[in-house]
Amino acid sequence: MSKDLNINVHHVARVEGHGNIVIDVKNGELKTVELQIVEAPRFFEAMLKGRRYPEPPQITARICGICAVGHTTASLRGLEDALGIEPSTQTLLLRKAILEAETLQSHVLHYYFLVAPDFFKASSVIPLAASHPEVIQRALRMKKLADDVITVIGGRHPHPISMVIDGFTRIPTESEIRGLLTRLKESLDKDIPPTLELFASLKFPAFERKTDYVSLKHPDEYAAYDGLIYSSETGETQPRDYKNKVKEEVVLHSSAKHAKGPFKPYMVGALSRFNNNHDQLSPAAKEAAKKLGLVAPCHNPFLISAAQVVESVHNLERMIYYFEELLGRGLKDESTVRQTLAGWSAKLPAVKKCWGVGAVEVPRGILFHEYRIDDDGLISGANCIIPTGQNLANIEADMRELVPRILDKPREEITLLLEMLVRAYDPCISCSAHLLKVDFV
Amino acid sequence: MSAKPKVGFFSFTSCEGCQLVVLSMADKLLDLLGAVEVVNFREASSFKSDEYDVAIVEGAISTVHEIEELREIRKRAKILIALGACAHIGGVNCIKNFANQYEIKKEVYKDKASHFDSILAQPIDAVVKVDYYSRGCPPNRDGEEFLEIVTALLQGKKPYIPNFPVCVQCKMKDNVCVFHKENPITCLGPVTRAGCDAACPSFGNACIGCRGLVDDPNLDAHQQTLSEAGLTTEDILKFYRFLNGMMEVGK
Repeated sequence: MSKDLNINVHHVARVEGHGNIVIDVKNGELKTVELQIVEAPRFFEAMLKGRRYPEPPQITARICGICAVGHTTASLRGLEDALGIEPSTQTLLLRKAILEAETLQSHVLHYYFLVAPDFFKASSVIPLAASHPEVIQRALRMKKLADDVITVIGGRHPHPISMVIDGFTRIPTESEIRGLLTRLKESLDKDIPPTLELFASLKFPAFERKTDYVSLKHPDEYAAYDGLIYSSETGETQPRDYKNKVKEEVVLHSSAKHAKGPFKPYMVGALSRFNNNHDQLSPAAKEAAKKLGLVAPCHNPFLISAAQVVESVHNLERMIYYFEELLGRGLKDESTVRQTLAGWSAKLPAVKKCWGVGAVEVPRGILFHEYRIDDDGLISGANCIIPTGQNLANIEADMRELVPRILDKPREEITLLLEMLVRAYDPCISCSAHLLKVDFV
Repeated sequence: MSAKPKVGFFSFTSCEGCQLVVLSMADKLLDLLGAVEVVNFREASSFKSDEYDVAIVEGAISTVHEIEELREIRKRAKILIALGACAHIGGVNCIKNFANQYEIKKEVYKDKASHFDSILAQPIDAVVKVDYYSRGCPPNRDGEEFLEIVTALLQGKKPYIPNFPVCVQCKMKDNVCVFHKENPITCLGPVTRAGCDAACPSFGNACIGCRGLVDDPNLDAHQQTLSEAGLTTEDILKFYRFLNGMMEVGK
């Protein structure tokens, strides 16, 4: 079939950050497929150079308003890896709980506010508030619950206050945790069933393209806070060797550097985690996957949203588990046994030259933070690899395969499908335009 | 202002967290939606309109293209509100201003450095007139202050913004001063405009100055306090330049 088609979606809506889709087809032949990132370059790694070593968590939190906790956590883990610090069990439980909460709020925001309007043929969630008030009330209630967990542990949402090296500057009270626990259980009972019903009823576009699914993997749990890098194609990699798996490339149409595996584009995020670790999902999350008809391995990127719904159920159950653990152990002020280091601690212990890597699963996939600290205690090099940067090449590969298959559809439908594809990946463009790698000396 | 003013949200160089805070104000957001008509909110909606009465702008300006876009927004809007620290004081983006601009671009984009549009980061009032500021990184009190400002404007009133330092609100909350903790933390509370209910010191951490400086800050005394606590002059500069790189007193 010979057909000319020129699509240019300027600033794709309902994604975080500024991106354009550009498709050019001449005589049925695909000339250009680009997801352009037009976010202003942000130079975060350059900002970190020369900063005192406990500062990066607070600075890098501000890379992203959605996954500030994820950046803070990856940053803390990278620094603690460098400094050889192993936080207490209580710290780990609190960090894991707040990470689950952040993934939940991000997923809810994505599938209810950003994805669902496409299925109701609405431009946004605002008309939906009038036509389907109960759906929106539920979405807001779930988001509020997740935000409140973040606020109780981290102090606010976004940009947590309390998360510092080796601990927290404030420990939640028992009654705060109990209050959240009641609401988490309620949400599991009342919000999840209608959520599953709604998303089971939506008809996601049928499109499959097998790719390399990359996520963290941990022997004991559905990996989030730590684990090895696992690729469905090439197996395991140690976090400190992440550069063997990930390489950033400068692509002229994008201020976000594209990250690619050594051989080909790969996918990170909810669907990769589901494909690699579905056996370790919580019981209700496994049930949820069944209800949504999501079976691993799943090769349809539009179903990333379904994987996010499944993960939300897991997020709720894990938070309940962590909170019950914390209450069982009794919450302790650990400040007498541990010297937590905040960004602006007055006196910092001397350090020797060191480096470390933190790899954490955040809503959109694996986030890497690498730091090099010098003898003077200042950051001498930093590198942050953002999930969306890792997915960009994969999104373009999907578009390259999808466009020829739908070329006979009307232009509006093609555009909508491409926008839906990009949105399915939940790209966080302000994050990925962080851009800058400081070369280590 | 007419019964249902048209409101547009716009985003420049930032984490877009300010818009998310607005989105997160769950129940209250639905009430506000009854009082205004949101005509541009790209992060939440694919509907766009070029007609609006109130422009709410988040983010700092860090490219030539952004300067042009912001000027266009100013031309159309009757009222322009800066939302959050990036728009208000430049925020975290300005840290890069103190490095060699050519070098940092080259480090990221190698030989393609000249291809990417990037200028010194600046608050939006370096480019256009701003009518009101909603401060904070993120907007303080979970967006409550932003809501109060918008509500006041809708009622034709002048929003109330405190003009005393964070220390006042911190003392009112009976916090132990973070300078006096067992492991002391240094703090920008003494020179930073209040209005956040001392959120950070109340959570055991430092005020990082996200609301900008108070009208009449005692900077000399503050610098002395910081240096007595153990910070070098260079550390002190870095601390101020975390969010207040383009420091301006009393904005």
